[in-house]
Amino acid sequence: MGSTGFDISHFLATIVLICSFALLYQARLLGLIHVFAVQALALALAVAWQAHVQAAPHLYVTAFIALVMKAGLIPYMLRRIVHKLQIARTIEQVVSTNITMLAGVFLTILAIMVVFPAASMETGLEREDLALALAIILLGMLMMITRRNAISQIIGFMALENGLILAASGARGMPLVVEVSVAFSVLIAFFVFGIFIFRIRERFDTIDVDELSAHRGDME
Amino acid sequence: MALTGDFLMQGVQMFLVLAVAPALTGLVRKIKARLLLHKGPSILQPYRDLARLMRKDVLLAHNASWLFRVAPYVIFAAIWIAAALTPTFATGLMFNWTADLVAIVALLALARFALALAGMDIGTPFGGLGSSREMMVSALAEPAMLMIVFSTALLAGTTQLSQIAAHLASQPFVLRASMGLALIALIIVSLAENARIPVDNPSTHLELTMIHEAMVLEYSGRHLALIEAAAALKLVFYFSLITCLFFPYGIATPPMGLAAQFLGMGLWLVKMTLLAALLAVGEVSVSKMRLFRVAEFLGGALVLGLIAMVLLFVSGKM
Repeated sequence: MGSTGFDISHFLATIVLICSFALLYQARLLGLIHVFAVQALALALAVAWQAHVQAAPHLYVTAFIALVMKAGLIPYMLRRIVHKLQIARTIEQVVSTNITMLAGVFLTILAIMVVFPAASMETGLEREDLALALAIILLGMLMMITRRNAISQIIGFMALENGLILAASGARGMPLVVEVSVAFSVLIAFFVFGIFIFRIRERFDTIDVDELSAHRGDME
Repeated sequence: MALTGDFLMQGVQMFLVLAVAPALTGLVRKIKARLLLHKGPSILQPYRDLARLMRKDVLLAHNASWLFRVAPYVIFAAIWIAAALTPTFATGLMFNWTADLVAIVALLALARFALALAGMDIGTPFGGLGSSREMMVSALAEPAMLMIVFSTALLAGTTQLSQIAAHLASQPFVLRASMGLALIALIIVSLAENARIPVDNPSTHLELTMIHEAMVLEYSGRHLALIEAAAALKLVFYFSLITCLFFPYGIATPPMGLAAQFLGMGLWLVKMTLLAALLAVGEVSVSKMRLFRVAEFLGGALVLGLIAMVLLFVSGKM
C-alpha cells in the first residue's frame, strides 16, 4: 500500500468528519438531511476506497449498502416525514452553535489523544482512521444531546453509526454478516423512530422531545 | 548585476499586483453580471473609476480630523506591501525574506485598524456602525487566519511565505486532509475579509447590514480612490495567498531563468482568472447572511483551522 493510499483514505475520512461538523452547524431540518446524505456519500466512498486498498471485496457490499440506504433511502424518507409534518422551515437550537462547535473540536482532540497512544503499535492508516471514526462517533453523540428536535436526534444517531462503519471498515477482517446485520438494525431503528415521531406528534402537537419530560413520572 | 536583477524583479512584482488589481475586480463583476444575464460593465471600468476619482476634489466634513485624511494612505500602503510581498509568480524575490505570514497578518490588521478609526472619525452613525461590525468580523477572522498560518507553518517548518511556497512546490502533489481543511478555512476568511457575499455585499452601499461600504461612506475624491484600490489589492492578495499556499505549482523558484519567471507569471494570471470565476459563481449562488450568522460562519473557519492544526500536530502525515 503506497502513501497515496494513506492520503486518500485520510482525506475521505476527514470529509466525513467535516460533514459531522456541518451537521452540528446546520440548524435547518432540510439542510440537516442534505448534509447527512452528503456524509453518507463520503462514507460510501471511504469504505469503497478501503475495499480497494485492502483488496477486500466484501467491503464493496458495505459501501453499496451505505450508498443506497444512508445516502438515498433514509434521507428520502426523512424528507417525506418533514414534509408530511410541515416542519420543513423549522430552525432549532438549544446551545449556541459556536459553543457546540467548540465542544466538537474538543471531542475531536480527545478522540485523537485517546486513540493515538492506545494504538501506537498499529500501522498509521488504521490508527488515524480510528481516531477520526471515534471523533465522528463522539460528534454524533454531541448532536443527540444538544438538539431537542426528534428528527435532528435521529440524524445524530445515524451520523454516529456512520462513524462506527468507518471504524469497522478500517479494521481488517470485519465479517460481512456483522456489517449487514448492523445495517439492517439501523434501518429497523429508523422505522421505530419514524413511528415514534408520528405518535409523539399526535399526542403533543410537536416533536420537541422536551415536552416528554413532563410525563416521565419522577416528578412529584 | 544580480542585485539589480533581484531589485527589478521585486519591482515588477510590486507594480504587477497594482496593475492587475482593478482588472481582477472588474473581471469578478463582469462574470457576475454575465451569470445574471446582464451585460455588465467592461473589465476596465475600475481603472476608469479610479482615474475619475483621482481627478475629483476631496470633500471633507467640517469635523474631520487629520486621522481621516491620513487613513487612506495608511490603508493603501499596508495592503500594497502585503500584496507585493506575497509570492505571486516567483519565490525568493529580494524582499521575500520579510514576508513572514504573521507580519502580513499584522499589516492587514493595521489597515483594518486605520479604516475602523476613520469610519468613526466623522461621527456619523453609519460609520460607527460599520466600524463596530468590521471589528466583530475581524475579531473572528483573525484567529482563524492565524490557525491557517500555523498549520501551513507546521507543514513547511517556517512561517516565511516564500519558503513555504517553495517547499510545497518542490514536493510531489500529496492529498493532505489538513491542507484541505485549511483551504476551506482560508476561503471563508477571504470571503469575510474582502467584504464578499455571504458576509457583506460589495456591490451596494444601500443596505442596512453593510460593513465595508458603511465605513467608507464619507470618503470622496482621491481618498476614495485609494480605498477602492486598496480593496482591489486585498482581493489580489488573498487570491495570491490561496494560490501560493495551496496551488504553488508552476511558481518560479531560485535559481530561475527569465523563461521560468514568465511561465510563472502566465500561470499566476490563469490562476487568478480561475479564482475570480469561482468567486463570481459562488457569489451569485448564495445569498447574504444575517449579520448574526456571520459569527457562526467564521466560527466554522476557526474550527476547521483548529482541526487542521491538531491533525498536523499529532500526525505529520495528514
